[in-house]
Amino acid sequence: MRKNGPRSSSIRIIGLGNDLRGDDAVGLLTVRRLRHTIGDRAEVIEAGMVGVDLIELMKGASAVILIDAARSGKAPGSIYRLDASVSPIGGQVFPRSSHAIGVSEAIELARAMDVLPATVIVYGVEVGTTEVGQPLSPPMGEALDQVVKQIIQECEACHA
Amino acid sequence: MSEEHTHTRTIAVDLVARVEGEGALRVTVKGDAVQDVQLKIFEPPRFFEAFLQGRHYDEVPDIVARICGICPVAYQMSAVHALEQIFGLRVEGALRDLRRLIYCGEWIESHALHVYLLQAPDFLGYENGIAMAKDHPVVVTRGLRLKKAGNAIMTLLGGRSVHPVSVKVGGFSRVPLRRELEGMKDELLWARDAAVETVRWVAGFDYPEFTSDYNDVALHHPDEYPFNEGQIVASSGLQISVNEFERHFTEHQVPYSTALHCTLQGSPYLVGPLARLNLNLEHLTPLAKQVLADCAVSLPMRNPFHGIIARSVEILYALEESLRLIERYEPPPVPAAPITVQPGIGMACTEAPRGILYHRYKVDGDGVIREAKIVPPTSQNQSRIEQDLRLFMPRLLSLPDKKAAQACERVIRCYDPCISCATHFLNLEIRRESSA
Repeated sequence: MRKNGPRSSSIRIIGLGNDLRGDDAVGLLTVRRLRHTIGDRAEVIEAGMVGVDLIELMKGASAVILIDAARSGKAPGSIYRLDASVSPIGGQVFPRSSHAIGVSEAIELARAMDVLPATVIVYGVEVGTTEVGQPLSPPMGEALDQVVKQIIQECEACHA
Repeated sequence: MSEEHTHTRTIAVDLVARVEGEGALRVTVKGDAVQDVQLKIFEPPRFFEAFLQGRHYDEVPDIVARICGICPVAYQMSAVHALEQIFGLRVEGALRDLRRLIYCGEWIESHALHVYLLQAPDFLGYENGIAMAKDHPVVVTRGLRLKKAGNAIMTLLGGRSVHPVSVKVGGFSRVPLRRELEGMKDELLWARDAAVETVRWVAGFDYPEFTSDYNDVALHHPDEYPFNEGQIVASSGLQISVNEFERHFTEHQVPYSTALHCTLQGSPYLVGPLARLNLNLEHLTPLAKQVLADCAVSLPMRNPFHGIIARSVEILYALEESLRLIERYEPPPVPAAPITVQPGIGMACTEAPRGILYHRYKVDGDGVIREAKIVPPTSQNQSRIEQDLRLFMPRLLSLPDKKAAQACERVIRCYDPCISCATHFLNLEIRRESSA
C-alpha cells in the first residue's frame, strides 16, 4: 500500500479496490488523483484489497474518508456518501468483500473495539463491469471527477 | 426464508458469513436421507489463466498477486518457482530463506484472521467476530496484533502487505538490511508467546464429535516444514514429484459450479493446515510439539473442526521459523539471480495457507506466457467439503432450518475456503423433499 502526506494528518483518505478488475479500481484511481491535488490537507493511502487491516489504517486519524466500488443495482457511476461515524452503513451498498471482512465489517469491528475514528465517511461508486483485465467503463470517468471534487470539498470543510 | 410445499421444503439462507468470497451451497434432503450436496463456487483463477496468456514472464508475479487479497504470496511463490524451473534456475541461500520468511508472514496473517475473527466465534457462540469483539476485546486485540506481526513481515519483504510488489522471478527487487529484520524481533517474540496462548485457547474449545477418513495431501520435505519445496505426499501412501501432479490429480467440470473439482485418483482428498500438520509432524519445533502435548491433542487429527488447532500450531511454527531465519540472515550479494530466458514448461506446488497451490506455465523463447494453469487449494477441497457435509447432515435433520443451515456453515468454515479469490456471497439452500 502506498502512502503520502504527513503521518500526523488528522484526515486520512483511503482508496480500496482491485485495479485489475475493471471498475473495481475506482477507489484506487480516486486516491491517485487526489494525491496530486490534496497537498498536505490529508494523508492519502492506496489500500488495494485490504480487509480487516483497514482498522489499523484508520487508527489515530480524527477523520477518515474511504472510497470503494459499490454495487446496489443503481446506474453505474452513481455516487453514495454514507456516514459511518455513529451507526453502521450496512452491507447493502458494499457487498461482503472477497476478504471475508469487508469495509462495513471492518468499520463495525473497529467500533466494537472502541478504536473507530470520530468521523468516518464512506464514498461508494456504483460499478458496471468488474471483469479481469477490463478498462473502466464509460460512466466511471464522470463519477471519478465528481467524487474527487466532493472529497476535496469535504476536506476543506473539515479544515474550516 | 422458508417455503413449505406438499412434498418439498426449501430453505434458503442468503449468506454464509465469514468465508472468503462468493459461492452457494445446496443441500437436498429426502425424508431422513441426504440426497445431494452441491457446493457452487465462482472461481476467478480460471479468468486469470486466460489473462496471463501473452504476458511477459516478469509481469506474472504482480498479476497473480491480485487473484487473492488473502494469499498473494502463495500465488507469487508458485508462479516464480514454476517459471524458474523453465529457466533452469534454483534459488538458494539467503534468497531462499527470504522466500520462506515472506511465506511465514502470509501464514501468520491469514491464519490469525481465520482463527480469531472467522472461526472462533463459532465455538464461543457468537454470530460473528464483531459480536465477539464486544465481549472479548482483549482476545480480539491479541488476534489482530498477531496478524499485524505477519503483516510487518509481508510489508518489509514485499514492499506492502496487501499485494506484495517486490517478489520477482530470481528473487526480490529489493532485499532487507539485517537491521531491518532485527527491528521486528521484539514484536515476533511477543507474537510467539501469543501464539502459544492461541494454541492453548483453541485447544480448550468444545468440539463436535466428528471424524472422517481423510486422505491428507501436502508437500513433504526431508529437512523442514514445507513452504516452497518438497514432494507431494498423501496419507494413502502416494509420494510423487510436483511434476507428476497432473498425472494423479484430475480436475472435473461439475454442472453447478464454475470451479473445477479436483480429485486424487478419483476420490476426494484434504489439503490445508490439518493435512499438512498430520503429514509433517516430525518437522514441528520442540516448542510446538510440547504445546500440543500439553494440550493433549491426539495426532494425527481426524476431526475437521480441529483445523483451528492445526492453524494455531502453524502460526506458532511460522513465528519460530521467522525468528530462526532472521537470526541467521546475511543479505545476499544480489537481490535476484540473473535469468536466462528459454522456452519450456514448468510447474510448481507451494503450501498456501489453505493448502497446496499448483501452477504450470508454458513459456516461449521470448519469455512470453503461452499457457497457464492454476489449481487453487479450495477447488481441491471442494469434494471433501461436500463429503463432510453429507456425513454431517444426518445429525442436523431434526434441527430447525436456520440452525441446520448455521451448522453447515460451521462445517464449511473449518476449511477456511477461499472461495474468493472471487467476489461476494455464499448462498445456502437446503431443499427438503418428503420421502412420500
